[in-house]
Amino acid sequence: MATGVFSSRRASIKERTLRTDKWWLQPAFTFGVLFTFVIYSTFRAFENNYYWADPLISPFYSPCLSTACVEGASHFGQPIGSILLGGMLLSPAFYILVIPLGFRLTCYYYRKAYYRSFWMSPPACAVAEPHKKYTGETRAPLILQNGHRWFFYLGLILNIILTYDAVIAFKSPEGEWGHVTVGSLVLTANATLLWLYSLSCHTCRHTIGGRLKNFSKHPTRYKAWTIVSKLNSRHPLFAWISLFGVALTDFYVRQVASGSLENLPIFTF
Amino acid sequence: MSKKFNFRIWRGDSKSGDFKDVQVEVNEGEVVLDVIHRVQATQMSDLAVRWNCKAGKCGSCSMEINGKPRLACMTRMNSFEEGETVTVTPLRAFPVIRDLVTDVSYNYKKAMEVPAFEPPADLQPGEYRMAQVDVERSQEFRKCIECFLCQNTCHVIRDHEENKESFSGPRFFIRMAELDMHPLDTIKNRKQMAQEEHGLGMCNITKCCTEVCPEHIKITDNAIIPMKERVVDVKYDPLRWLGSKIRKKEGI
Amino acid sequence: MSQAMERYSYDVVVIGAGGAGLRAAVEARQAGLSVAIICKSLFGKAHTVMAEGGAAAAMGNVNDNDGWKVHFRDTMRGGKFLNNWRMAELHAKESPDRIWELESWGALFDRTKEGKISQRNFGGHEYPRLAHVGDRTGLELIRTMQQRIVALQQKDKKEFGDAEKFIKVFSELTITEILKEGDRVSGAYGYWRESGDEVLFESSAVVLATGGVGKSFKITSNSWEGTGDGHALALKAGSALVDMEFVQFHPTGMVWPPSVRGILVTESVRGDGGVLTNSEGRRFMFDYIPEVFKDKYADNEAEADRWYKDQNNNRRPPELLPRDEVARAINSEVKAGRGSPHGGVFLDVSSRLPAEEIKRRLPSMWHQFKELADVDITEEPMEVGPTCHYVMGGVKVDPDTAAAVGVEGLFAAGEVAGGMHGSNRLGGNSLSDLLVFGRRAGAGAAAYVKSLAQKPKVSDGEISRAKNRLNAPFSGTGGENPYTLHQELQNLTQDLVGIIRTESELTDAIVKLDSIRDRSTRVRADGGRAFNPGFHLALDLENMLLVSESIAKSALARKESRGGHTRDDYPKMDSEWRQYNHLSRWNGSKVEVAPEEALMLPKELLELFELDELKKYFTQGELAKGGM
Repeated sequence: MATGVFSSRRASIKERTLRTDKWWLQPAFTFGVLFTFVIYSTFRAFENNYYWADPLISPFYSPCLSTACVEGASHFGQPIGSILLGGMLLSPAFYILVIPLGFRLTCYYYRKAYYRSFWMSPPACAVAEPHKKYTGETRAPLILQNGHRWFFYLGLILNIILTYDAVIAFKSPEGEWGHVTVGSLVLTANATLLWLYSLSCHTCRHTIGGRLKNFSKHPTRYKAWTIVSKLNSRHPLFAWISLFGVALTDFYVRQVASGSLENLPIFTF
Repeated sequence: MSKKFNFRIWRGDSKSGDFKDVQVEVNEGEVVLDVIHRVQATQMSDLAVRWNCKAGKCGSCSMEINGKPRLACMTRMNSFEEGETVTVTPLRAFPVIRDLVTDVSYNYKKAMEVPAFEPPADLQPGEYRMAQVDVERSQEFRKCIECFLCQNTCHVIRDHEENKESFSGPRFFIRMAELDMHPLDTIKNRKQMAQEEHGLGMCNITKCCTEVCPEHIKITDNAIIPMKERVVDVKYDPLRWLGSKIRKKEGI
Repeated sequence: MSQAMERYSYDVVVIGAGGAGLRAAVEARQAGLSVAIICKSLFGKAHTVMAEGGAAAAMGNVNDNDGWKVHFRDTMRGGKFLNNWRMAELHAKESPDRIWELESWGALFDRTKEGKISQRNFGGHEYPRLAHVGDRTGLELIRTMQQRIVALQQKDKKEFGDAEKFIKVFSELTITEILKEGDRVSGAYGYWRESGDEVLFESSAVVLATGGVGKSFKITSNSWEGTGDGHALALKAGSALVDMEFVQFHPTGMVWPPSVRGILVTESVRGDGGVLTNSEGRRFMFDYIPEVFKDKYADNEAEADRWYKDQNNNRRPPELLPRDEVARAINSEVKAGRGSPHGGVFLDVSSRLPAEEIKRRLPSMWHQFKELADVDITEEPMEVGPTCHYVMGGVKVDPDTAAAVGVEGLFAAGEVAGGMHGSNRLGGNSLSDLLVFGRRAGAGAAAYVKSLAQKPKVSDGEISRAKNRLNAPFSGTGGENPYTLHQELQNLTQDLVGIIRTESELTDAIVKLDSIRDRSTRVRADGGRAFNPGFHLALDLENMLLVSESIAKSALARKESRGGHTRDDYPKMDSEWRQYNHLSRWNGSKVEVAPEEALMLPKELLELFELDELKKYFTQGELAKGGM
């Protein structure tokens, strides 16, 4: 039976959409970029190598908590021990990536982006979607989107660790402070972007003050809420550039670790 | 200074209909609604169109122009190229009555299902005290002119007629958010109602409602997502759930 | 042609779902009666949504010198003492309660620092008095009333299992006839706009709350609904209209682009600091302060500018003179060749307030100019000119019950009722008027219905009379296009019965109106009955013709200039004329206008004014008597 815009009492119009602009451009672009990222990060997770070039560690592999980690990369010990998968040591990237992946997957902005571009639900506004049935986020697995908050908290811990990584990147391999290198700046930029992305998120905006009924009784939280609200309006921007940031940071560390690039020193103070 | 434009106007009723092509003069500064009125006065005197204020304040002249849900009174003709064909259809999420007029009663039915503002029982009119910062969020949602463009563009019902039963749509999510954020509203379970009775969970926040809102209300960011987060507070927050279990055991 | 007819029975039928109609319905329901609410458009779209500035109520939240007596004085001054004093008194006394009540129904007005309802300055009001929400107060009001109706329906659903047991909203339905048994109302007759099917309401009381008549004019701020339906229904039912010559031309409507000509630019722009200038850059309003207002308005820019900061020690800027004065001033500037490129004058707020502040205080104005005219009001001045906005005249009613004179069971409230505003309405007094008299009309109708021993009956003769009228546009000999006739009518009223009037033009207008009426009997609607705008307009046309005739004839009779009535041939206000109202009645073929003695104020209200001021408005003889 015809449903949606072709339902029986609606205006009988054959076209799925009458939009004349290039509405498909944005979902196509989003699809391309996200897909490329997925390919790259999968490749890197499986590669299980070239993620530590003292003092630089790739964000894909930090914190490196299992015995599979290369020497020197485990700043917080190796409490996880060894996880075997099919007789092979599981790449440490897998259990780390769960957090940022989960955070981004349940992020209100990315949800919009991939529901549109991957699931075409809908592909664009006022363009009929191809699905027969739709239940949204009311049942498994999509009801799990409500767990965004927990990834947000875990993500904050990860941000602290990546900030720590950025700080120690200012050490020389010999352990002396004050060495500014391209790598240390790259890691710093990465951590900053990730903070901007996390702090601008809708869950952050809610927990910091949005949940209150009376702002006037909580002036500090109201102030914090107004700041986060301003950041929040740029959340999509931060989502994109922090995504590129993470991939480029990993790529830089990989190049240095694999020896194809030198971590150029800039100056020392 | 007048220019010629081709208009493709959908004409018909709930049984059948088709596009009719007309050529029409357009003067400087005109909007689509002016052109439709000219067509009405000169070529199709029985062309049905709903409109009122012609200033973007009443939300009556909602229709789809080149496939986009818009107010005809706020769509300026200079946003089209001369000679371009402008396609005008009724809203495609609602049953059509005639020509450009649709049956929007779904929205009034849903309005009836949102419990009204409930002030504290002992508060007398004239004694209300509210800070500006506390009313501002709800005031944004009260800017709504009920044009129902958000309802029309929302794929949950636009593309799935059967969801109309269980889904109230963006217009009523902002209404629920308005009341839940109202500093003096005393109904406590609006969040649960939003999720369980009005289908908040069906929204996949693809933001088309925000894109089409002529009042530029940030429907998704300021109403729907905060409401979803409030639902998480009361329904999906493991810490709270755990806390409530413990407290129950202790009999508090 | 026999058309399907639905039949309903209610205690009260409220025609019009704007602020007044909805407030009346709430009151009648709360009195335990069943109510039908008739909207010509969708529920919640009534013209009330267009009101921008605010609702005047002397709550004294911003300046505690304010009170009902001050508000009363301002209202009488604004109306040049032709107001029905009892209405003005009730209005001034009751409007604070009506505003506070809205808050308890969910309205969210802007707040003061103490958390009270904020109040803003407006033309003619001595103190900041307008409760507002940015510049969309009308929307807040109609939405609150709409939601109040829904709340009552929800209660009925809980209690009786049927949301529509007591209140039912009939959307997109037009009433074309009031039905009577003898001198008493027995019901109303109309048609669904959607299907064209006919509807009969059996009801002992009908409340008219149909709003204004602006669509009779070419340049107007009114929407298509403002066709004077209630005015015409009352006339034809045997009631009378009072003071129809007083039509308010709002001084600031948009003048460009042509398609939006007439759309309102809120007075708040001036209340918040905006100034009017001519093509020479001069703030010309200083040249137009009338004698009667000399002591209240600043005569130099320095003092006028100081007023925005310190209202107790400075006189108000002349931009905030009552609307009639400002509209005439703009008219004169344009005529003298000092107008703006598109035939208006400049209204500038960009040089007066920071951009952010403008966007915060006047968000919909910013939006309106940006989207409709491509003008950024934070950077450049607006072009504005007078637009037909409001009719002070209307159904003559009893102030306390809103009962229309001459027909038992007929009530009127809001713009369709006359008397409250005299010869000129102050901005902000309309929204409060709707609420105060909407409530009184609902209560009046309820009391009337309860007092009846027997419900009047609808006769078959009445039904067939109503049916015939609806069939006319399809059975006529044809030849006339309703759109063309409407356009001719609008041009005629605009040119001959507009802002400045003379005897010869008015006489000419009356003759021409007669010929349009004659042609209107040959109007034919193409197509079928279902949602056919040509058919709708053909029926509305008759109402507009009746109203225009009433305005033209009342204007011809009043040989002076006062408020919303300016005669080129009698340019002065004359105290002799204050003693008369004009009553319009329908004799079956045309409108007849006759003078009626105006009420004198009672002593205690007269004493609220200085004698010197009263001398400007009253004759020696009247003052010697010292009030009623």
